[in-house]
Amino acid sequence: MRRAIYPARVRTKVAILATGVAVAGVLIGLYVTLLATGPAPYTPPAAQAAEGRSVNLTLQTVAAVGKLAPNENWVSYLVREHGTWHRSTVWTLPANTLVHVTIYNFDGKSGLRNPFLGQARGLVGGRFAINGKPTAVIDPDDASHTFAIPGLGVIVPVMGVADDAPHQCDDAPCPMETAHETITFTFRTGKAGHYRWQCFVPCAAGFVYGFGGPMQTVGYMDGYVDVV
Amino acid sequence: MWSRRGHGWRIAALTTIGTAIVLPLVVFVLGPNMPPGKGTPVATSQVTDNTVLLVVMTPFTVFILVYLGYALTAFRAKPGEEGLDGAPLRGHFRSQVAWLASTTAAVLFLAIFGTTELLADNGAGGGAGPNPVTKPGGAPLPVQVIGQQWEFTYRYPTYGGVETATLVLPVGRKIAFHVTSLDAIHSFWAYELGVKADANPGVDNIAYVETKKISTFHVRCAELCGLWHGYMSDTGHVVSDADFASWIAARKRQFAPVMKYLPKYSSSYNPDPTFRAG
Repeated sequence: MRRAIYPARVRTKVAILATGVAVAGVLIGLYVTLLATGPAPYTPPAAQAAEGRSVNLTLQTVAAVGKLAPNENWVSYLVREHGTWHRSTVWTLPANTLVHVTIYNFDGKSGLRNPFLGQARGLVGGRFAINGKPTAVIDPDDASHTFAIPGLGVIVPVMGVADDAPHQCDDAPCPMETAHETITFTFRTGKAGHYRWQCFVPCAAGFVYGFGGPMQTVGYMDGYVDVV
Repeated sequence: MWSRRGHGWRIAALTTIGTAIVLPLVVFVLGPNMPPGKGTPVATSQVTDNTVLLVVMTPFTVFILVYLGYALTAFRAKPGEEGLDGAPLRGHFRSQVAWLASTTAAVLFLAIFGTTELLADNGAGGGAGPNPVTKPGGAPLPVQVIGQQWEFTYRYPTYGGVETATLVLPVGRKIAFHVTSLDAIHSFWAYELGVKADANPGVDNIAYVETKKISTFHVRCAELCGLWHGYMSDTGHVVSDADFASWIAARKRQFAPVMKYLPKYSSSYNPDPTFRAG
């Protein structure tokens, strides 16, 4: 006498379970895709020029990105494109090219957990300038952020704005009339590759060690440098 | 077609034949190519350990695969019997005793073998905590490994506490890695050296190794530590004494500006703040 191995109700439950797993998979996929989708990448105009040239990369760092991003209170980098500030942390740079970087920092001092990172590395000339004054190192407690592309050996500490400085910036993008520090330096991109960049200063307000939120999210204090 | 009394003997015979074929391949072909290579005595010892593990597990693996194949072949339902229950399951005392005895013996052997290897190799390249049970003779060169999101940096206390962003070691020296972290949990994995030690905040995790030849090795973080964990890698070098002396002197000059800001060398660091105000 033959018996059905799986009764109808078991088959129904299995079908429901399988459908549920499939739906959950699709939802997780969509969520991950959403997380990985940041603002449009930025390519400096000179990136399409001939070899042997240099490009300019102009950035600002703000304590709160405001309406430029979903998390308005998160610290972020902005990039200037055609005279306008955008929130983009995915940059395309040409290979074997000098990149002249200017960072206008409007954020306060957070301090580095590792003072060693207070010295710049990987720069043309080995030094950077704070408001036009060349230096190789800053007091780690004065650091607001870092500009670091570890894969290229580049790290630059970004001097923070003093707490008692007048005309502090309230809303991003910050106007140049508000208190800021200007950091300038040059590095060479080297060979083509896909590199990550990050901030080493634990600057995420409200998170343990200051390393949550914007420090763990591409589009704020992390991004990619595509050297092409 | 299949006599019930012959199942056990057939499976035993097939297992023996299969083991006799596979075991030499494991010992002479697979074993020498096991990770992490033979970059250091500790790494070489790990290759041996991995080979021993494979040798011990080979007969069991062959048995399981033979049993699976045999069962699929001998015990499959005949056409027209797909919906019927099979024969009732009953215990087989001798088989159960044989299985328990053999696997227990294998596990106990590996426990004793593994413990012996750990002690013989002063931790076998793994982190042995702040007070290792066994230590190598002589005076190892201390190198502090500092994990942070997301980069390893290295301090050399016998060279003025200079900190560097790359790991360079002299050849023919015993090294004592002092592994710690400034934030999350990381794991310092110097693959070809056979060293892998957790980096915990506030903990001095010591791992020993002896460099035997000039080489290049990979350093990776082996503990999921945040957004850029996958990028937390580096390349280290074992160089001659002369090259090491030249390199460390150059690093002392390069990082002289930041030396005044570095904390005094310590087994671990607990920098402030641990929570940034919003």
